[in-house]
Amino acid sequence: MSNLNTTDERDLGKAGEQLSTAPREESASSVPAMGVIGWTRWFWRQLTSMRVALILLFLLSLGAIPGSLIPQNSVDELKVQTFKDAHTTVSPVYEKLQFFDVYSSVWFSAIYILLFISLIGCIVPRTGQFVGQLRGRPPGAPRKLTRLPAYTTWRTEAEPEQVREAALALLRKRRFRSHEAGDAVAAEKGYLREAGNLLFHIALIVMLVAFACGQLFKSEGGKLIVEGDGFSNTLTQYDNFKSGSLFDNDDLTPFSFDLDDFKGTYERNGPQRGTPRTYEAHVTYSEGADGKPRKKVVEVNKPLVVDGTKVYLNAHGYAPVISVKDGDGKEVYRNAVPLLPQDNNVTSTGAIKVMDGYRDADGKKTQLGFQAFFVPTFAGEGSGTMFSQFPALDYPVLALNGYYGSLGVDSGLPQNVYQLDPSKMTEFKDSNGDQLKQRLRPGETMKLPDGAGSVTFEGVEEWASFQISRQPASGWALTGAVAAIAGLAGSLFIQRRRVWVRAVRGADGVTVVEMAGLGRSESAKLPEELADLAVALHTVAPTAPDPEPEPPSEEPAEGAEK
Amino acid sequence: MNLAAATNENLAHTSNVLIYSSMAVYTLAFFAHIAEWIFGSRSKVGRTAAALKRDSATGSTAKAQVAQQGGTAVLDRPKVVTRSAAGTRDVPDGPGAAGGTFKGDLWGRIAISLTVLAFAVEAGGVVARALSVQRAPWGNMYEFSITFSTVAVGAYLLLLALRKNVRWIGLLLVTTVLLDLGIATTTLYTDSDQLVPALHSYWLWIHVSTAIICGAVFYLGAVGTLLYLFRDNYESKIASGGTPGRFATSVMERLPAAKSLDTFSYRINAAVFPLWTFTIIAGAIWAGDAWGRYWGWDPKEVWSFITWVAYAAYLHARATAGWKGRKAAYLALIAFGCWLFNYYGVNIFVTGKHSYAGV
Ligand code: HEM
Repeated sequence: MSNLNTTDERDLGKAGEQLSTAPREESASSVPAMGVIGWTRWFWRQLTSMRVALILLFLLSLGAIPGSLIPQNSVDELKVQTFKDAHTTVSPVYEKLQFFDVYSSVWFSAIYILLFISLIGCIVPRTGQFVGQLRGRPPGAPRKLTRLPAYTTWRTEAEPEQVREAALALLRKRRFRSHEAGDAVAAEKGYLREAGNLLFHIALIVMLVAFACGQLFKSEGGKLIVEGDGFSNTLTQYDNFKSGSLFDNDDLTPFSFDLDDFKGTYERNGPQRGTPRTYEAHVTYSEGADGKPRKKVVEVNKPLVVDGTKVYLNAHGYAPVISVKDGDGKEVYRNAVPLLPQDNNVTSTGAIKVMDGYRDADGKKTQLGFQAFFVPTFAGEGSGTMFSQFPALDYPVLALNGYYGSLGVDSGLPQNVYQLDPSKMTEFKDSNGDQLKQRLRPGETMKLPDGAGSVTFEGVEEWASFQISRQPASGWALTGAVAAIAGLAGSLFIQRRRVWVRAVRGADGVTVVEMAGLGRSESAKLPEELADLAVALHTVAPTAPDPEPEPPSEEPAEGAEK
Repeated sequence: MNLAAATNENLAHTSNVLIYSSMAVYTLAFFAHIAEWIFGSRSKVGRTAAALKRDSATGSTAKAQVAQQGGTAVLDRPKVVTRSAAGTRDVPDGPGAAGGTFKGDLWGRIAISLTVLAFAVEAGGVVARALSVQRAPWGNMYEFSITFSTVAVGAYLLLLALRKNVRWIGLLLVTTVLLDLGIATTTLYTDSDQLVPALHSYWLWIHVSTAIICGAVFYLGAVGTLLYLFRDNYESKIASGGTPGRFATSVMERLPAAKSLDTFSYRINAAVFPLWTFTIIAGAIWAGDAWGRYWGWDPKEVWSFITWVAYAAYLHARATAGWKGRKAAYLALIAFGCWLFNYYGVNIFVTGKHSYAGV
């Protein structure tokens, strides 16, 4: 490229032009003509210049930095809140600067939108120019071939026409686009470089548009399922749900699945004892409203994919099976109650809520609530605190304390299923008047005082939570990405270069052959290739005996005049 | 403990021994390189200054060089004359650290032989580690570091084997490798173990291995860029009539010409850039499988993106009038800085989805 922007360019005339389609640089100081149109044109030229593209690229990378150091709403809202609570002075400033939403902020969007306008403004004319170059022919030979970066010459007894014909055939065989122009053959090769470069920049646009579509139309929701239960993909079945601004409920893919079994294994030895080794959710799913049931194992890296919707395994935990009998000994409740893990060893907490059907010793209707604390592997008696020692179900223990009264579920306020609100309830007391608390092993029963019934810890099921998401246009993003890599490879690994072969009859009647090559950048390959071509041509046009030995390499005149 | 576990423990131990041994050999190579530079300093070549002085004094007749095409099969083969672009300095490359002295060259060869040995030992250490855990040896920062330096040295030796002019990197490379291994074995060391389920994927092989290769080769490019800046400074000082200090002259004198260094780092960076693009895309595909979104602005993703854009800026700068040369070189260094931060900084100081990498 360098040799095109310097004095050489004038020397070479048309021959050096259009070896790329990069926009010509204009000096920033060139003052625009007056008037709105003048300014608009000036602004557009600046925006689509390489210099501004460069600055915008730099700003883009600079602008992305704060988002990696400051918590982001889009990633973790809880963390943002914690940060705001801890940094009360800077937070308002950050808020103003949209530092908690960097990647959707006005200023970040401005940078990349400008960059992509610049990109389009750059690609369109470059593509046109390139098509023009493909339609046209390689430019004819410059007057003085000696000025080119690689040059060679010799004298031969072959006729000039014969040499040119041989050169044309040779260059065509080597896949140069070539033609005869006057006393010389002009040839060019490596158009794939430009094509690759354009493909790369177009692929960037495809990727951006695909990414934007994905964000606008995406849907994403979570669902916790206990072994034996199922899910069907309608809005009401989700525990939580988020969607892009152009999402429509009808976009949900119809399908359903049941969680048959969850298997987790954990490291038993060494310093990483307790680290998860495998998580497998065995599911049976069916496509459409009533498709054929099929089996599949969902793992952390292996989602279930149904028609573009992916079901990811997110988390897992335990769900003790609880049964409750009322004062009459009638079973009024039996459920696997999912509890939330609190630490890496799956110490879990949650609430058991018996809403209706329960009557106390006197036959009066009331509700029951229990706070549940569960460990899959209990450390042993006596330690007082109850934390799990290992994530697998080695020695499960469930601790309960109970309340009766109103659960407050009718108050209209949404309730957290994992928490009990005991404000309108009364504690069960033991015979000493203390709160009734008991640790249960599977199969054990806790009696409620005064014949109020009993609670049995029947066993443990596992639950898994899934993220069900759909992000349209990922296929386009991937296609764009692959095209970008292919284009880049073409753009960076292929040299675009020109070769001229001139053959004229000299004053003494002997033919003088001159060959020269020009590439976009100086590369050792260019002289090598030229030498190869010269050697090949030499077989047709061998060197004539030299009347007076004067090797051309000692011709100092051309380089010396600066 | 079962038999297999015991074997694995032995392998892990073997791996550690090999890594420590390679550090010892690299240290010897380091001293051999120092000897090479010291003996080389005794030669008084003075080529650069001579070339540049003649250039400015007589108005360059050195522009035309003859590239003799080898081979005697064809008599009177045409000779190709090459010309540098106008406006570039035409300075020959320095003779290398050995400065053309016999002793320097001998020590240089010893240093390279030792580097080859150390490389083999280190590679053995990486393989033993991989066998001990039965997975790709890049599950945490310790493993990442040992693989990283192995690849960097491997790339350097490969270039040497291809007869590229890269011997000048030797000393800096070995020094960095010692630093990298030193940090790896002390602060980053992690016992050999299995991975959490999120890392169980063949994408670990693809994505992380290309990331390591990119980093290692970008590193070579960055060394080239850095030396380019020094050497360019030195050349322009001489060209404008100044006299650099004796030490600077002695060292700079022996390096390749600024133009060669610049071309070297451009080629390296341009060759790796598509692979880096691929690494990011592979990571996105993996993230799509593991976390349900292919791009989520996680800190690691952000910094990979920043690194990518910074290298793109560098490549643009090279094609923009007024930006090529030193300015582009600064961009290249910034870009490599971003890569380094993505590796050390993000793993250590920033928490994100990638933080299970285990410091
Ligand atoms: C998203 C932003 C962009 C990225 C990531 C990007 C990336 C790249 C890369 C990696 C190259 C290197 C290929 C080479 O050296 O031949 C390149 C070349 C090029 N880019 Fe961009 N580019 C972007 C935007 C633009 C814009 C806005 C323009 C228009 C002003 C532009 C014009 C060019 C041109 C003309 C070349 C070829 C330079 C040459 O011929 O050497 N690019 N781009």
